[in-house]
Amino acid sequence: MIQNKIKNGFIIAGLILLSVLYCYPIVLILINSFKIETAISTSTAFQLPTLETFAGFANYVQAIIANCFLTSLFYSLIITLTSVAAILLFTSMCAWFITRVASKWNKLLYYLFAFSMVVPFQMVMFTLSSTADALNLNNPFNIWIIYLGFGAGLAVFMFCGFMRSIPLEIEEASMMDGCTPLQTFFQIVFPILKPTMVSVGILEAMWIWNDYLLPTLVLDIKVYKTIPMLIQYFRGSYGRVEMGAMMASIILSILPIVLVYLIGQKHIIKGVTAGAVKG
Amino acid sequence: MEKALKKYTWVFIGPTLLAFIIGFILPFLQGLYLSMSQFTTVKNATFVGFSNFIRAIEDAEFLNSFQFTIAFAIAAVLLINVIAFIFALLLTRKLKGTNIFRTIFFMPNLIGGIVLGYIWQILINGVLALVSEPLLALNANAGYWGLILLTCWQQIGYMMIIYIAGLSNISEDILEAAMIDGAKGMQILWKVKIPMLMSSFTVCIFLTLTNAFKLYDQNLALTAGDPNKFTEMLALNITNTFYSRAGAQWKGIGQAKAVLFCILVVVIAMTQLRATRRKEVQS
Repeated sequence: MIQNKIKNGFIIAGLILLSVLYCYPIVLILINSFKIETAISTSTAFQLPTLETFAGFANYVQAIIANCFLTSLFYSLIITLTSVAAILLFTSMCAWFITRVASKWNKLLYYLFAFSMVVPFQMVMFTLSSTADALNLNNPFNIWIIYLGFGAGLAVFMFCGFMRSIPLEIEEASMMDGCTPLQTFFQIVFPILKPTMVSVGILEAMWIWNDYLLPTLVLDIKVYKTIPMLIQYFRGSYGRVEMGAMMASIILSILPIVLVYLIGQKHIIKGVTAGAVKG
Repeated sequence: MEKALKKYTWVFIGPTLLAFIIGFILPFLQGLYLSMSQFTTVKNATFVGFSNFIRAIEDAEFLNSFQFTIAFAIAAVLLINVIAFIFALLLTRKLKGTNIFRTIFFMPNLIGGIVLGYIWQILINGVLALVSEPLLALNANAGYWGLILLTCWQQIGYMMIIYIAGLSNISEDILEAAMIDGAKGMQILWKVKIPMLMSSFTVCIFLTLTNAFKLYDQNLALTAGDPNKFTEMLALNITNTFYSRAGAQWKGIGQAKAVLFCILVVVIAMTQLRATRRKEVQS
């Protein structure tokens, strides 16, 4: 017993050390975001701010005013919210139809959706961005159509996996009672899907929020920058890299994610697990 | 019920199908055609047959990125899964504070690849400067291990969660039966837990393997292929072929590379699924 206790003590000590190491990279950026521009370099990265090098919130002010961080936050939010809403609504309807109506076409469609999950983005990136230009989908308010198309694979796959496990009888009873398929779907099936909705929503939101290459190719970078595009723009743009504002932008971009994560932690971890196990 | 539903076919599948055609099927088919063409925009394509594919496999940079991606994928998949599995074993011992550790280990997974890349670039360059080694832009070895370290930091938590879910699904009865039969800790791990977890391994290896091959954002932000394209992975090499090489031939070659890349990823994913699915046992 005592041996076990000592062993557990060592394990906990090890886990605490690992947790500190896990948080360290972010803490390092946080520290640097409060230093003045000239004090952020590779040779001084680990130094704490001193009286001379402490910048206060100047870097944050610069990130928000000069680099328009809030505008990027707005575009990222709009794109993520519209895309996830569209994906949840339309792909759940599509998945219900595919699982309830057995036909060759539906089977083919299902396999195409599954196939699209594996295909790397580079395969379609050039043609997709020219299609987006031609159809006027190249702005943050219409880009959800592209995300619906490209994100449909994962969503349909997960919804289908779940729907096969719910009994037909309830739906049949509701149709017998005179409900149309649309009424049956929205009043009977939709509420049952809630846990899967959470899983799909979280996985798709994580992907779309952090996506870099697709919006870079589809949107006009001079007009619309999502948060990942803004961070990359610090490096990609010509001239000197504004390290201070970049550090502050990194922290500002992590902040909302950490907040959402800490509030919805249980749902997020459960949702991600369910998604992975079914996928 | 099917009959009633069929009248509503287009209401139910119309929106998704339309977006799927615009966002995936059309670009995919067009991409296949363009891989056999010379073009600078989709409208001025002229058919050139398989010459793009030949130019693609003769491109030394492409071959180098292929080798680098394989070397990266092997190390990343092994390390992530072994460490994540050990973490999962440690966190299912009913210790105090398990939830806090789980929360912390999972968190990096929520941060995007671009942001992760820059965080680690600053950290790794700082360490390299401390020990007077060349920085990432000139240090191929550091680039390789830096990418692996970053990917581990990002994905271990995710895979750990999946292994934890698998471990807590193994019923106590089975473990008890094994103990009564006289199995020791290590025997239980190898003979009972791991075989029962095969479906978790299938999922985790599938996810880490496809993620490793498709890795782009982290690669772009951490090393951008430096030094001298040595740390350029397949996805980055293809994107650079499209967008940062002058000359009318390169877009066609890029599309041919993308087709080869696509075939590679699909074949690897299918092979892996088939190989590990066979080892799964029903509980």
